[in-house]
Amino acid sequence: MKDHATLAKEFIKDSPRTDWHDETLWFVRHKRDKAAHSLPEWEQLREWASQIKNHALSNLDSYLEEFEKKALENGAVVHWAADAEEHNQIIHKIIKENGISRIVKSKSMLTEECHLNHYLEAKGIEVVDTDLGERIVQFRKEPPSHIVLPAIHLKKMDVSETFHEHLHTEKGNNDPKYLTHAARLHLREKFIAAELAITGVNFAVAETGGVVVCTNEGNADMGTHAAKIHIASMGFEKLIPKAEHLAVFLRLLARSATGQPITTYSSHFHKPKPGQQLHIVIVDNGRSRILGKPDFKNSLKCIRCAACFNTCPVYRRSGGYSYHASVAGPIGSILNPNFDSKAFADLPFASSLCGSCSNVCPVKIDIHDQLWKWRQEITRQGHVAVAKKVGLKGMAFVLARPGLYRFGGKMLRWVLKTMPFMINNRLNPWYKQREMPSPPKQSFRDWYLKNQKR
Amino acid sequence: MSSKDKILSAIKESKPASTALPVIDISAVISFDDLKAQFKKVLETIGGVCIESVGKGEMEKIVAAELSYVQNGVNTLGAYDEGLPLISAEDLASVDLAVISGTVAVAENGAIWVSETQMVNRILPFIAQQLIIVIEKKDIVTTMHHAYQKIDVAETGFGAFIAGPSKTADIEQSLVIGAHGPAGLKVIIY
Ligand code: SF4
Repeated sequence: MKDHATLAKEFIKDSPRTDWHDETLWFVRHKRDKAAHSLPEWEQLREWASQIKNHALSNLDSYLEEFEKKALENGAVVHWAADAEEHNQIIHKIIKENGISRIVKSKSMLTEECHLNHYLEAKGIEVVDTDLGERIVQFRKEPPSHIVLPAIHLKKMDVSETFHEHLHTEKGNNDPKYLTHAARLHLREKFIAAELAITGVNFAVAETGGVVVCTNEGNADMGTHAAKIHIASMGFEKLIPKAEHLAVFLRLLARSATGQPITTYSSHFHKPKPGQQLHIVIVDNGRSRILGKPDFKNSLKCIRCAACFNTCPVYRRSGGYSYHASVAGPIGSILNPNFDSKAFADLPFASSLCGSCSNVCPVKIDIHDQLWKWRQEITRQGHVAVAKKVGLKGMAFVLARPGLYRFGGKMLRWVLKTMPFMINNRLNPWYKQREMPSPPKQSFRDWYLKNQKR
Repeated sequence: MSSKDKILSAIKESKPASTALPVIDISAVISFDDLKAQFKKVLETIGGVCIESVGKGEMEKIVAAELSYVQNGVNTLGAYDEGLPLISAEDLASVDLAVISGTVAVAENGAIWVSETQMVNRILPFIAQQLIIVIEKKDIVTTMHHAYQKIDVAETGFGAFIAGPSKTADIEQSLVIGAHGPAGLKVIIY
């Protein structure tokens, strides 16, 4: 398997595209800052979220039992899957028993982690991904490259070509509005015909036995309400104790992800509608092992907002595929080694350890500390020879290429963007516990020039 | 041993020492001088349109005017087709406009809670080409914390916060309104 450094090298071959990827995600990160700064209680919210998750993880067994009891009372069917294989088998069984052939799925990183689509395809069952970005990459037989923006590695002409081939749109029409409308017509047909809808779960509430799914497009709702069977797949760490805690997480999630004040739809599913079946699949797949590791258990608090991706100078310039895993970015770099520390030995090295990820994380995961701890762990396990050598070389290659950049004002902006930790650590100690805002251009320039001379 | 028992016993063995839940002090969060003005401002930034009407009578007039040029209007405020809960997605796909009422509107983010009872048919607010949500001025609250105090999420089988029209930016980050669901959302405050 190719490692991060090699894959990153392939990604940055097309340098205008790499620049576009970098700048676009940096722009998303800016929108996140603006949204966060609009709330004076932002740091308090992060602290509450972190404490709620800590509490939930430390009482997970009893909350899971409470959740199951309530969900059963609500009329849902609850399944437990020890690993990916069992998760896929459970879903396959529901499909087979009900004689289903038309299936739609909204975004779920868990089903990516379990490679559900491949599993079902091998059995001759087609699943239509309905998130626009996911449908685009599905047509192209590619995995998502970002957990919130699945097709962020593609340009509109790529989408246009793909849609021309699969949806017979006009050749060369690159208008996002036109292309989105074509997808709308195509997918509305799929929704209306759907017999079974699979969704992920953003939050599961122990006290009510319900699950919450967040989308902007409305695709989860179109599928689940049209179909006679809804399957919601969740990692067991999605559990939170009470409905009122949703307020904390819904305030943080979209602001951290895209800078929106909330996603368009935050749908709360409790009971199946008359004549419908609601199945909830609770999955472990290595999570209980992570829970038992004091250094790494915090990674289970993740709400998959991708703020750490967008702020990461390495992710922005190496792309999602360089992480060769279903969850990329800084969080992927600490989650994946839990599953296979040898296969993912390179990932903890795909970081500058600048700490910006930890500073933007809405649930306060100590991401960069865990990256550091993973490096030590991997060294201990003896996988370091490969990982470190290529990993560090790759980092240097991705980051230290000022030749790729314009000079002058642009260059300064590049330093800020690429090494946000410089600001964090030296310019303004007040920001130590926070992400780095972009300082006024002039003062930064002064500061930078001064520091250059030293 | 069943997978359930396996998972639960693995968790029991590996879970960290119990930590306390935080006390969420709502008095410590943001406040706005004018809830309606704040709600309107945010709704407009997320692609919605806000119509303010003074009294219930005027609200009804506005809804009636909207419905007069709409083919398949569904008005849950007055009488609606009793068969509506059972109408299939296929038939509802051609609904041009749905008018429903909401329970509570949130000033900080422009979201409105709509319960299953208010939707009448679960798919209606998601499948209609245009959506109007009617809300009483007194039901606008400051933040999501306040909203959850006013609703019972499990009261009906389904409920959702709806904030603006359906949207996507999955093609080169260009915002397009009307991904799968309504391409327009109007909120009438009375
Ligand atoms: S680790 Fe934190 S910032 Fe990264 S995706 Fe998870 S919650 Fe978001």
